[in-house]
Amino acid sequence: MTYLPKPAIRHPALPVNALGLTRRDYEGSVSTLCAGCGHDSISAAIVHAAFELDLPPHRIAKLSGIGCSSKTPTYFLGKSHGFNSVHGRMPSVATGASLANRDLIYLGVSGDGDTASIGLGQFAHAMRRNVRMVYIVENNGVYGLTKGQFSATSDKGAKSKRGVTNNDEAIDLVGTALGLGASFVARGFSGDKTQLVPLIKAALQHRGAAFIDCVSPCVAFNNHPGSTKSFDFVREHNEAVNHLDFITPRTEITADYAPGAVEVVVQHDGSLLRLRKLAADYDVHDRVAAMAWLQQRQSAGEIVTGLLYVEPETVDLHGHLNTVGVPLNGLAEPELCPGSEALDRLNAGLR
Amino acid sequence: MQPTDIRDPDYFHKVVDCQWACPAHTPVPEYIRLIAAGRYADAYMVNWFSNVFPGILGRTCDRPCEPACRRGRVEEQPVAICRLKRVAADYKGDITGRLPAPAAARNGKRVALVGAGPASLAVARDLATEGYELVLFDAALRGGGMIRSQIPKFRLPEEVIDEEVDYILDLGVTTRFGEEVGSLKALLAEDYDAIFVGSGAPRGRDLDLPGRREAAANIHIGIDWLSSVSFGHIERIGRRVIVLGGGNTAMDCCRSSRRLGGEAVTVVVRSGFDEMKASPWEKEDAMHEDIPILNYLVPKAFEHTDGRLTGMIFEKVAASYVDGRRRLVPTGEPDVHIECDDVLIAVGQENAFPWIERDIGIEFDRWGLPVVDERTMQSTNPRVFFGGDAAFGPKNIIWAVAHGHAAAISIHRFCRGEDVNDRPPPILNLASQKMGIHEWSYDNDISNDRRYRVPLKDKAVALRDIRAEVELGYDEQLAYAEAERCLNCDVQTVFADPLCIECDACVDICPVDCISFTANGDEADLRGRLNAPADNLTQALYVSGALTTGRVMVKDENVCLHCGFCAERCPTGAWDMQRSLIELPQARHACQHA
Repeated sequence: MTYLPKPAIRHPALPVNALGLTRRDYEGSVSTLCAGCGHDSISAAIVHAAFELDLPPHRIAKLSGIGCSSKTPTYFLGKSHGFNSVHGRMPSVATGASLANRDLIYLGVSGDGDTASIGLGQFAHAMRRNVRMVYIVENNGVYGLTKGQFSATSDKGAKSKRGVTNNDEAIDLVGTALGLGASFVARGFSGDKTQLVPLIKAALQHRGAAFIDCVSPCVAFNNHPGSTKSFDFVREHNEAVNHLDFITPRTEITADYAPGAVEVVVQHDGSLLRLRKLAADYDVHDRVAAMAWLQQRQSAGEIVTGLLYVEPETVDLHGHLNTVGVPLNGLAEPELCPGSEALDRLNAGLR
Repeated sequence: MQPTDIRDPDYFHKVVDCQWACPAHTPVPEYIRLIAAGRYADAYMVNWFSNVFPGILGRTCDRPCEPACRRGRVEEQPVAICRLKRVAADYKGDITGRLPAPAAARNGKRVALVGAGPASLAVARDLATEGYELVLFDAALRGGGMIRSQIPKFRLPEEVIDEEVDYILDLGVTTRFGEEVGSLKALLAEDYDAIFVGSGAPRGRDLDLPGRREAAANIHIGIDWLSSVSFGHIERIGRRVIVLGGGNTAMDCCRSSRRLGGEAVTVVVRSGFDEMKASPWEKEDAMHEDIPILNYLVPKAFEHTDGRLTGMIFEKVAASYVDGRRRLVPTGEPDVHIECDDVLIAVGQENAFPWIERDIGIEFDRWGLPVVDERTMQSTNPRVFFGGDAAFGPKNIIWAVAHGHAAAISIHRFCRGEDVNDRPPPILNLASQKMGIHEWSYDNDISNDRRYRVPLKDKAVALRDIRAEVELGYDEQLAYAEAERCLNCDVQTVFADPLCIECDACVDICPVDCISFTANGDEADLRGRLNAPADNLTQALYVSGALTTGRVMVKDENVCLHCGFCAERCPTGAWDMQRSLIELPQARHACQHA
């Protein structure tokens, strides 16, 4: 654990982005999590992604619940908005915030306890309503803050640090999200930023609920032999279906790949997702096939990672509700109180 | 790349940029930590053993350490290493009890030292404790050589010289002051086992221009004039003074002139301001005392009427590059005329060895310098050793000290009949600094402060008295704040491959992005794909062996802050902060292993 603030001195040749900011400008306070925690790597990946996308920090809102994972928004994007909500209730707050101000970028960070136990219902509704937000679950399979009990995402048969075997079935959040109609579903690993950073970038640009299940080893309670969420286990059983390069519209495409090996997905805003296929016949647009593939590989003991499903032209909650196009704080009295004539017209329409 | 061998003493020594750049290899961060802890006497002794003249060097050193300082690569200015050294000297109190005692018994060997400047005094310091009978010759009546004769007292007070020269003489050195050695042949005929020549570069260059002879009364050679000022023979100079030359001697000349009645003092240099040999801080000090520095003016003639100097004429030139070589070409503009009452010529120094016969086995090169081995300081006559400016031409005090240490080792081995080329190795001591979970025995909280200026005496007061020291030195609060800017580059990041679980915690926390985990490759390849540009080729890459995933850890030493955050964030203790204390051998170590 480090208690000292990170020195302000940075590498003299650190690149700056289109806003004139360096990556260091997207950092937060120094982490108070255990040394080596996977969550800190995810924080670092978020910092990289926001920097590379030239996102203005003050246009991002970070939301979280309770737990080790939900503490992390303090440790990244120190100049963004933040809301640390009640345990498991982050999706409600995100939904409300999104409806009130559709112009901000919503980044929800949760854990396996916060999402798969106390917040399972909340999670489900955010996905099915397609709230435009990034929803990252920092998934370590244990309750780290209470010293390492199994969580709801702990695999059946996995062993705790003290040698106890987990006999309950695991909730697979990726399968659940697919089943609930999420429009962007991915799985990453905190120990592989080359895979994780592009996934977060793509999720930040997605116009709907973008869900990332990120396996994040708990170094203190779940990084031992017998664990299925340890660095070694995940590295040995990681089966990536694709490698994603996130490309902004202005980037020139230079790499040359064999035909059929690369698929380019055009997002709504014109940005491109270039997928280098690792599993040849995997289709990121086929929800049913994706669910079948996941089940299959999971029963073979593999952890499927990568961009698993994406629906680029999705319609989010605002679209479903046909809400007004500007944030509520941008509406003045004439729009909010259009007067008795307007009311009469409305009433007449309902007769 | 092959895994880095951190047992090689040079590897971590190079990471301590200041120590590596110092000719005497003083362990700088070690003494700066002692200053921060208020342990001034301890800090002084670390210096004294390494560079012999902490109080003198803390005011006058050419500071090769400061341009090398890592702090200068991560922010604007390096740590004020030199002036912190002075702090140790200023606040140390009485350290006489800590000095080594004179040797209890003589070893029967006699060594003559010619010239009582810093090189000879360093040899004397190193050999006195080993039991040698040392005989120190100098034409002057007191020890110190150029330190006493050429450095103005407003930069270096007499008491500081007396104190540090006496520490050495009190070790039992026989002085033959006021005695100029006129013949090395005669000295060799006496029964000395070895002779060390540390007689400096005592001859100032002259400028043979029209009018030089006619106006001679008001034209002076810089170092001779400084020496006369130093010994009180000259107390006044004209109102308008021109100083020719761009080195540190020129800066001493112009600033001395300002204190002896020179009101309009001008420095004139042939080439560009930026190419001047003087240290940047000495130029600043001169300009602070209202002395303009005019450049690209080549002296053409001295003007005089009735045998009295009236001014000088200069030709205007510009730099032009032909085949990559710079030449000064006349611009064709009218000559520049500057009126003056006195001219000081400070355009360089030369060695002079009229007292060394050419038939005593000492070879000289075509520049009139003795042929001397750079490692052993031995001349072609095995009994005669050289050091300081006498060896390779004008350098500076800290180089003279380094030569003295090297020569003392050689003389010690030579007098015992051992091979002078067989040198004792440097000693590396690596020790963990971990005290607790996030507690280290050094202060790893990096200060964001910028370099603190050394307070000066009020200009009007300083210019009235040539013996009044112009720099006041840091007080204890300023010294502490400046000491905290040191990055502790000697507390090394030591990586243990088998413990690493590749969790990336160190990569994420590193404030300067110097750690990467990546596939191995050759050095040029690796430098191209680390987390941050690694284009400073003078700084090493620290490479681990293959880790579990087959990757390697690569750390670019270039801008590491030595903050220890990698070690604090490491869950397995694969990173540790270990102090690398590197001790360079001196005469007292020279024969222990033999």
